[in-house]
Amino acid sequence: MGVRNLLRHSGWICWKDLLEFSRSKLRLIMLVLMPLFMMVMVGFIFPTGNSISDTPIALVNNDTGSMGSSFVTQLEVINNQTGMMDIRSASDFNDIKTKLQNNEINGGIIIPENFSSDILAGRQGMITIVIDQSNPQMSLTIQGVLTKTIEAMGKQTAIYNLNNTFHVSITTASSMVTPYVVESKGIVPGEPNYFQFVAPGIIAMVVMMALMTGLPHAISYEKDMGTLDGMLAAPINRLSIILGKVMAQTVRGMIQGFIILFLAVVLFGVVIVGNILLVIFLILLTVFSFVGLGILITSFTENEETATMVMMTLMFPMMFLSGVFFPLQQMPWYMQGLAKFLPLTYATTALRKVMVLGADISSVGTEILILVGFGIVLLAIAVPMFRQAMSK
Amino acid sequence: MEPDQQRTTQTTHQFKCPSCDTIREYSGNPGDQLIVTCSECNTKGRITIPVGDKIFSTNGNAIEISHLRKLFGDFPAIDDVSFTVKKGEIFGLLGPNGAGKSTIIRMLCTLTRPTKGTATIAGYDVVKQAGKVRQHIGLVSEKMIMYEQLTARENLKLFGKLFNLPNDSLNKRIDELLRFVRMEKWADQRISTFSTGMKQRINVIRALVNQPEILFLDEPTLGLDPQSTAEIRELTKRINQEQGTTIILTTHIMFEAEALCKRIGIIDHGNIVALDTPANLKKLISGTDVSTFEIEIANLEPRMMNAVQSLPLVKSLVQEDPTHLLVRTTGDDAFDSIVDSLRKNGAKVRLVKNLEPSLEDVFLHLTGREAREKISENTKSSVGPGHGPMRRRAKRIR
Repeated sequence: MGVRNLLRHSGWICWKDLLEFSRSKLRLIMLVLMPLFMMVMVGFIFPTGNSISDTPIALVNNDTGSMGSSFVTQLEVINNQTGMMDIRSASDFNDIKTKLQNNEINGGIIIPENFSSDILAGRQGMITIVIDQSNPQMSLTIQGVLTKTIEAMGKQTAIYNLNNTFHVSITTASSMVTPYVVESKGIVPGEPNYFQFVAPGIIAMVVMMALMTGLPHAISYEKDMGTLDGMLAAPINRLSIILGKVMAQTVRGMIQGFIILFLAVVLFGVVIVGNILLVIFLILLTVFSFVGLGILITSFTENEETATMVMMTLMFPMMFLSGVFFPLQQMPWYMQGLAKFLPLTYATTALRKVMVLGADISSVGTEILILVGFGIVLLAIAVPMFRQAMSK
Repeated sequence: MEPDQQRTTQTTHQFKCPSCDTIREYSGNPGDQLIVTCSECNTKGRITIPVGDKIFSTNGNAIEISHLRKLFGDFPAIDDVSFTVKKGEIFGLLGPNGAGKSTIIRMLCTLTRPTKGTATIAGYDVVKQAGKVRQHIGLVSEKMIMYEQLTARENLKLFGKLFNLPNDSLNKRIDELLRFVRMEKWADQRISTFSTGMKQRINVIRALVNQPEILFLDEPTLGLDPQSTAEIRELTKRINQEQGTTIILTTHIMFEAEALCKRIGIIDHGNIVALDTPANLKKLISGTDVSTFEIEIANLEPRMMNAVQSLPLVKSLVQEDPTHLLVRTTGDDAFDSIVDSLRKNGAKVRLVKNLEPSLEDVFLHLTGREAREKISENTKSSVGPGHGPMRRRAKRIR
């Protein structure tokens, strides 16, 4: 009877919260815009190898022989196919330096004076790549692209030379120059793509954010407005107030989560390999693991402003430490250790396994157990604190 | 949990005579049918003692408070308060801002725990049987308990549902309440579109949705225009008369307390300093030498006011308009010394009237400060030693 009443009252409070929410046009618009921005933002700000196009690169040809200009012609042919670079000319290293400082170009290529003579004398021709040290991410990418292009050109030249000079067949010549070929093969069909990596994490994060910001806000707002007194003076269990709010915020978070899922699939070609029901279950479990933390903060912050500050302080490290945007393995060991104490880490990992790799429930058993554990421990601390805070 | 040990099955209710509107109380076991005769017009009628909700403790008190104390930190917001409220009465708690009125209400509504002492509402202890207490009360607090984005009906529905009212009886109740305050037309409009007066009407019936035995009205007319204020006062009376609801009203408006309340408790610094009917309260000072004069001076100037104010017998002085002064005095020869002092300063005194003691005078006499903040700024007695910081502190705590 007690439990039924508790749930019934929470249901009505949830109804009230959602009704209030749906009456605000701005909030409804934000409900959709937030996940959209989030997805578009992370989708387009992170470089994904082949996403570089028309990067301005300065080219200096100091070579006096013919080899330099034929290299340039070859580079232009390749570039016309890929469209990665916007090749501009420059006079010398200092010119490149000035242009880099002025942010006109992102990198430079220098063909030295003795390029032709070195090659004709049977030595290796040296090409210099100038990188922009102020932008490590970009310079790394350009360095990679240029090295790969120049190496490919070198190989082609080598195969051509073998074929021409020693009359070796093209196939044999190819196997002589590059004896090993690598082929990448995933366990599920499709190319790896950054969205595929980041979408599950963002879903977990948005659901967490909805709950963590929404819950303390909802309670402290009602406290400030005085409406909380109305509920506290009604013959209902204190817990049904918070439970009703949790339900409403969960619905909000889930809606946003689904918008992200939808956008990821429709706009960014993400394929959900695993069971969608398992995905939903994991999202709900994420909510469960965070509810306690939200209630805890609600209990000991006395007004809206404090609540928001505490939330922000906790949320940002969690977002970046839980492997939502960057793989955990890239972090130093102590940060990886810290990430182990964050429920979001497990939620993200589990969602990623299921959505991207099609794992079934047995493969994410550990994560499920840990999330349940987090939820129970946090609730066990939070519920008594909330009761106490409400009956001051 | 101690169930209804100190309660008997006999319950008492008010019934209204259908022909002459006289209200009488009859007692009996719930469900009993009685044939009664109206004492005023001798009309005979049959009444049924209601079953269920409306059970009062045997001694007929809706509220019993005994040595209630509330500390905020080490500051006693409520020092030691004891009083009882009889069922069916409108009881006024009168006091300056920060005196502890709202704290008492909050403790009685189970929103704040008393530090010491006990209070029972409809026979239930506010600490040990908080759940039972909540079933029998309605609260209209200083801040409106309503959701602006919801319609009037939705707000009423939410609170009805929190009291577990089933759909059909809840809908009936909501329609009845809306009719009661003539707001049927606005039932499905959002609260945010209402005027403050309309909001307060809905806010009051919101507190009535569970048919409470006891209704708490904490400054219900605060911030309302004169029409709405009159309407809410009228509504308060009707709730008390037509529904037989016991009402606790806090206010710092003397007129309101006097017009509505059967008995008034004056509270100051967390203590009840006087408790009686408005008439008896006035008798408190008619025996003393406190009197209030209304003086009309054609050429009123600040130096005249200063001269009067500096007289030892003058307790307070308020300028009502450009030519009128209200002067409160003690001592029998106050009249003479005021007039002397005014003459000396060249005042053309047109009229001096000795006013009947009002509830305001009682209040001032007992609390030593004006009820209305605005007036208190001009008053000598309100800046007594240690008073200012006390009030600031009390405000912060509230």
